[in-house]
Amino acid sequence: MGSSPSGCVGGLVSSSPALRIAGLTRHFGGLPALDGIDLELARGEVVALLGPNGSGKTTLINVVSGIYRPTAGTVEVMGRNATGATPQAMVKIGLNRTFQSPRPFRPLTVRENVDVALRHGRARDQSREEVLELVGLAGKEDRIADSLNSAEQKQLDLARALATGPDVLLVDEFAAGLRMEELDWAGKLVRTLAAQGRALLVVEHLMGFVRQVADRVVVLNAGKPIFAGSLEEAAHDTRVVEVFLGGG
Amino acid sequence: MVSDGLLVLVPPIGFFIAQFFYNNQLLLLTMMLYVVLAQGINIIFGFTGYLPFGYVGFFGAGAYGTALSVIFLHVPAALAVLLGGVAGVLLGALLSPLLRLSGAYFAIASLAAAEALYYLISNPQVSAVTNGPYGVNLSSVYNSGAAYIAAVALVGLAGLCVVWVRRSHFGMSLRAIRADPLSARMAGVQVVRARTYAWLISSTLAGLAGAIYGWAVSVFYPEAVFDLSISVFAIVFALFGGVGTVLGPLLGTIVLFGVYNAIGISQPQYFQLIYGVLIVLIVLFLPNGLLSIRLRGRSRVK
Repeated sequence: MGSSPSGCVGGLVSSSPALRIAGLTRHFGGLPALDGIDLELARGEVVALLGPNGSGKTTLINVVSGIYRPTAGTVEVMGRNATGATPQAMVKIGLNRTFQSPRPFRPLTVRENVDVALRHGRARDQSREEVLELVGLAGKEDRIADSLNSAEQKQLDLARALATGPDVLLVDEFAAGLRMEELDWAGKLVRTLAAQGRALLVVEHLMGFVRQVADRVVVLNAGKPIFAGSLEEAAHDTRVVEVFLGGG
Repeated sequence: MVSDGLLVLVPPIGFFIAQFFYNNQLLLLTMMLYVVLAQGINIIFGFTGYLPFGYVGFFGAGAYGTALSVIFLHVPAALAVLLGGVAGVLLGALLSPLLRLSGAYFAIASLAAAEALYYLISNPQVSAVTNGPYGVNLSSVYNSGAAYIAAVALVGLAGLCVVWVRRSHFGMSLRAIRADPLSARMAGVQVVRARTYAWLISSTLAGLAGAIYGWAVSVFYPEAVFDLSISVFAIVFALFGGVGTVLGPLLGTIVLFGVYNAIGISQPQYFQLIYGVLIVLIVLFLPNGLLSIRLRGRSRVK
């Protein structure tokens, strides 16, 4: 494939990418939800995954995080083959994700939510305080997760993922539903997480947020990558414009 | 707030003393064994959400494990009881693949497994080993006083297990799994493994309960120790008190088993009716068990 969406963007992709996806395909009952996705992410890099509803963004996250097995293709995390690994194995290899609608352990306290992940993850030197400080939940340790508002539940979902010590983090619509004043903070958080050496793949619909956080964007349509490059280039790409404006 | 140490120590001490004030020792022993079974249900259902309708299978396996140890290995009764516990945990390990099923299928499969074990043991063709449908006789090691003490110790052990599961990191993982199995996997928790440990603890307790029952009655038939109503009562007692707590199944068993026997003795002709109505009322008005009254009061204060 000469027009691979990866690798062609400046010098950002180092020799051993944090995440390398090649030919990733997933069928549901014969229908391809993902169809030959190639993607590479370097440490410290933020890539935004764009595309209309049903284009396969969340399916990609579900396959890469081990919740669905790929029908074909490979996933490599930090140079290790992780194709078809279970979610637990992905966590150990160094990949984690957040959920579009957050899934904290609702009857448990914030403290317990983070402790479960700290205990079963791979970064035992990390402290609960650090993680909660980072995601902005410091001081809310004793709250029951179910009593948190939806933004706080997203923060807790992110804390659960971070507490396992991932090198690669897949973030599914973290900004959606946040208030204006929270958006700027969330953007800075995403950049901080990348600056600390993680590779981030973020699914977002809010273009302002994407502009703030993403080094580059990949656009999916009907399970296929149709564009890879900068957000500015994407805005002038005829295929991308067609998909988003509902042409053809 | 009562400390966990008291919760673990008070029930066995209470049962130990009770035998000097109440002359029906077998009734007290049965109540203790139901406390243990209800706590076993508590560990597997209260902390993982898996409801084993075939829970009695472990009880029967424990009773027969003990009986066969006495008959064929001629071991002392105390060791035979421990071997009964081993029979329970081995059956638990054998059935652990069932934990890959989802809730309702698990409940039915565990029931089928218990029935299968019953038919295996009571089959006349294996009567050379199990004495088939004719039951077993352990009168050579009969010692009701010692069996009672063993049951007292087992009540303490069951309380200890529940307190440990509730307070430990292991218990925290189980509660996380119960809250959201998918998130638990994404937190790195080995979900099936954690459920299996809970299942093995639970099956050990039931195996030991069956073992002590077999020792205490010394003569029993397969249908007595594989009686499905044992599963049902243990589940009802646990739910009535409130699962996921330490105190709930204990209180549930003492209250309901007490009521059960009071009705059974005073109004035997209305027993099924009164008991049935009682259970319906509980499900309607106290779906989370007796202890939820206290918890409800507490959350209202906040």
